[in-house]
Amino acid sequence: MKEVELNTTTINFGPQHPAAHGVLRLVVELEGEVVQRAEPHIGLLHRGTEKLIEYKTYLQAVPYFDRLDYVSPMCQEHAFALATESLLRIDVPQRAKYIRVIFAEITRILNHLLNIPAYAADIGAVTPFLWCFEEREKLLEFHEAVSGARFHAAYFRPGGVHQDMPEGMEEKLFEHFKALPKFIDDLESLLTNNRILRQRSVDIGIITKSEAIEWGCSGPVLRSAGVAWDLRRSQPYDAYDQVNFEVPVGKKGDCFDRYLVRIEEMRQSINIINQCLNNIEPGPISIEDNKITPPKRNQMKKSMEALIHHFKLFTEGYRVPAGQVYSAVEAPKGEFGVYLVSDGSSKPYRCKIRAPGFAHLQTLEHLSKGHLMADIAAILGSLDIVFGEIDR
Amino acid sequence: MFDILEKINGINSIIEKNILIEVEFEKNNILKIFNTLKDRSELYFNQLLDITAVDYPKRENRFDLIYILQSLKKNKKIILKTSIKENENIESITTIHKASDWYERECYDLFGIEFTNHPDLRRIMTDYNFEGHPLRKDFPLTGHTEVRYDDLEKKVIYEPVKLSQEFRNFDSESPWEGMENKLFGDEKYNGNK
Repeated sequence: MKEVELNTTTINFGPQHPAAHGVLRLVVELEGEVVQRAEPHIGLLHRGTEKLIEYKTYLQAVPYFDRLDYVSPMCQEHAFALATESLLRIDVPQRAKYIRVIFAEITRILNHLLNIPAYAADIGAVTPFLWCFEEREKLLEFHEAVSGARFHAAYFRPGGVHQDMPEGMEEKLFEHFKALPKFIDDLESLLTNNRILRQRSVDIGIITKSEAIEWGCSGPVLRSAGVAWDLRRSQPYDAYDQVNFEVPVGKKGDCFDRYLVRIEEMRQSINIINQCLNNIEPGPISIEDNKITPPKRNQMKKSMEALIHHFKLFTEGYRVPAGQVYSAVEAPKGEFGVYLVSDGSSKPYRCKIRAPGFAHLQTLEHLSKGHLMADIAAILGSLDIVFGEIDR
Repeated sequence: MFDILEKINGINSIIEKNILIEVEFEKNNILKIFNTLKDRSELYFNQLLDITAVDYPKRENRFDLIYILQSLKKNKKIILKTSIKENENIESITTIHKASDWYERECYDLFGIEFTNHPDLRRIMTDYNFEGHPLRKDFPLTGHTEVRYDDLEKKVIYEPVKLSQEFRNFDSESPWEGMENKLFGDEKYNGNK
């Protein structure tokens, strides 16, 4: 019998590692420096969000969505709001739709402004990180202006948005997004033709078209593989059917393509925001049914009925007709879906959250096989992993 | 699309709402159904989005298993639903959809549903050595154990949960709208009618 000597080393990567983007524990089997097997251990940030939501009213469930993927909070509220609205069979006013699209796109830029420099930092560039954080801070001020919070906004609520944009906000947004393309150009001048970035990302972690579909990938990861699939385009929600934008796709599906797709998506987002700012008109920002959205403050001072509605909404909540629904939005990371089951009471019977990162992380083992250990950091960075949404 | 789905063996009820199709199927035919859904060029549901379950402790078939598929070609989503008993198994679909691996593990972890022929059915979300299945309705929201770092033993220890205040679940349902039981004496009134 022939003896075979196995020369593999098993090492533990994370859960506390700066390149693990949170609390990922990877058990990596190496032969020399080449990865044979990389098995992710997840769940270290599991907080039982789905269980908690079953014990909260529909309105109280909204803030949990901010805390899933904490770098793109508003897009996730969006999915939950759409799911609840679909069960309630209501349609939100036009202005609310535009406001939602504007802020969903701001959130997308915010997300990419974190992912791109974090990815660059993983493979050696420090400056973009500092630049982008400054830019993010400016965008977060818009979040703060409408919701009072920089991250945990709880702004998109079933029935519309929480409150109208403050006066003069539209002009401010317009001014800001006039200047932002210049920043993206500057960012690209640091990165796109950078020799180190290219060496570390071109031909690393290639995913083909059919593999990307098969593994359930969505968002920039799917598009980088050459599939022109965008839920905003193919299954438009809110005001996305009223704006024009392009869907960038990659050719090879490597880390570099994923980076390029994200850069171009930011430009398209600015384009969408500008169109929305041109089209938006004054009007109500939530449906006027006080059984679902609370009455105005000044009404409550005068009307008994309004006071009762307010009290009932914030104690019992509203009842949602029994049924099931799956609503998905194109979150910055990919298809973020909410599968909601209602039993007719004021609390969701079951709320399953479909996080894009969960499917993406599952591909890591496949993507990293045969690459060097150092490439794992690059692949992880380019998949845009955030553990809040994966572990839920 | 409706008529093609109707002809597949094991598919019971079909509801089509815009992009979303809702379907119920029999669990014994699962592999055949998923193969057909994936391969038939008129359907082409080749992307698995999610697998999850819903617990109804009072029903005989305790769990509803939910599969969500997407067809990029036809721009459709399909929700497939089947129900199984508490100690029943269901065939894993990892041979058809690679992505189902982690989703089935998650279902096993949180609901305790076992998938036969799954390559690596381990817990995924909960802690190492965790006991119980947290998303079952009879699992308490607060859980059974809590962890803390013990300064004397110099390690993290597990203890039964101690709550300084009982978990409070307020019944805020409106007494007018939410009332199920009739008032005492109502049956006499109705009887007179």
